[in-house]
Amino acid sequence: MRKQIDLVFKSLADPTRRAIFEHLCHDGRVTVHSLTGRARISQPAVSKHLRLLKQAGLVRPTREGRETYYSVSKKGVIPLIDWLKFYSAFWEDRFGRLETVLNQMP
Amino acid sequence: MQTLIVEKEFPHPPEKVWKALSDPQIMSLWLMENDFAPNVGRKFKFRAKPQPNWNGVVDCEVLAVEPPKRLSYAWGLAGPDPAAGFQTVVTWTLAPTTGGTHVRMEQSGFREDQQANYQGAQYGWKMFFGKLETVLPTL
Repeated sequence: MRKQIDLVFKSLADPTRRAIFEHLCHDGRVTVHSLTGRARISQPAVSKHLRLLKQAGLVRPTREGRETYYSVSKKGVIPLIDWLKFYSAFWEDRFGRLETVLNQMP
Repeated sequence: MQTLIVEKEFPHPPEKVWKALSDPQIMSLWLMENDFAPNVGRKFKFRAKPQPNWNGVVDCEVLAVEPPKRLSYAWGLAGPDPAAGFQTVVTWTLAPTTGGTHVRMEQSGFREDQQANYQGAQYGWKMFFGKLETVLPTL
């Protein structure tokens, strides 16, 4: 899980890439062309960001005729959710312990 | 799914809560064994029992110390995997209330080379997790 989550976070650490990923989340599926129009960066740059998101397993391409559509891979988002769940439980537990310690302090 | 913000009000004054959050001996009682010191730039480690995918060590660095209001440290999992450069930031915020102290813990993701700009990155992550939460059920 560690290695996959590293990849996921590294790929999402870039604000442009995160914005592209958010567009995909909202729009379902998009083409490189439609993303280029909104991202205000060159098409090769958009393609590179999509490639890195794909390597992290967050998006998957589907070829339809001459167009390639990109959509969010639900499976790819799972490490992110697992990580959030793990730390949520961890901190809830530590808050409980903190309360006990505070009650015992003078 | 939850975002990584945990909040709670404790019926104790901020100074006391601050002590529990920043005294290494007291921290070891509720958080983990550590060699923390409340100085910005201080590198320290939390140590827990090793687990299958984790050697039990958290590599940290103190980023902000503002008693009794705010404490922040970088939180990175160390391990044999050289690709494990991934770090997060843990920020504690204390606010006095009529009956005690409101404590807020926020853990945000950021990349090591964005450390200089971590506050900006932190904001971005918070927004991102918020949005992710609203979007995920529809996927």
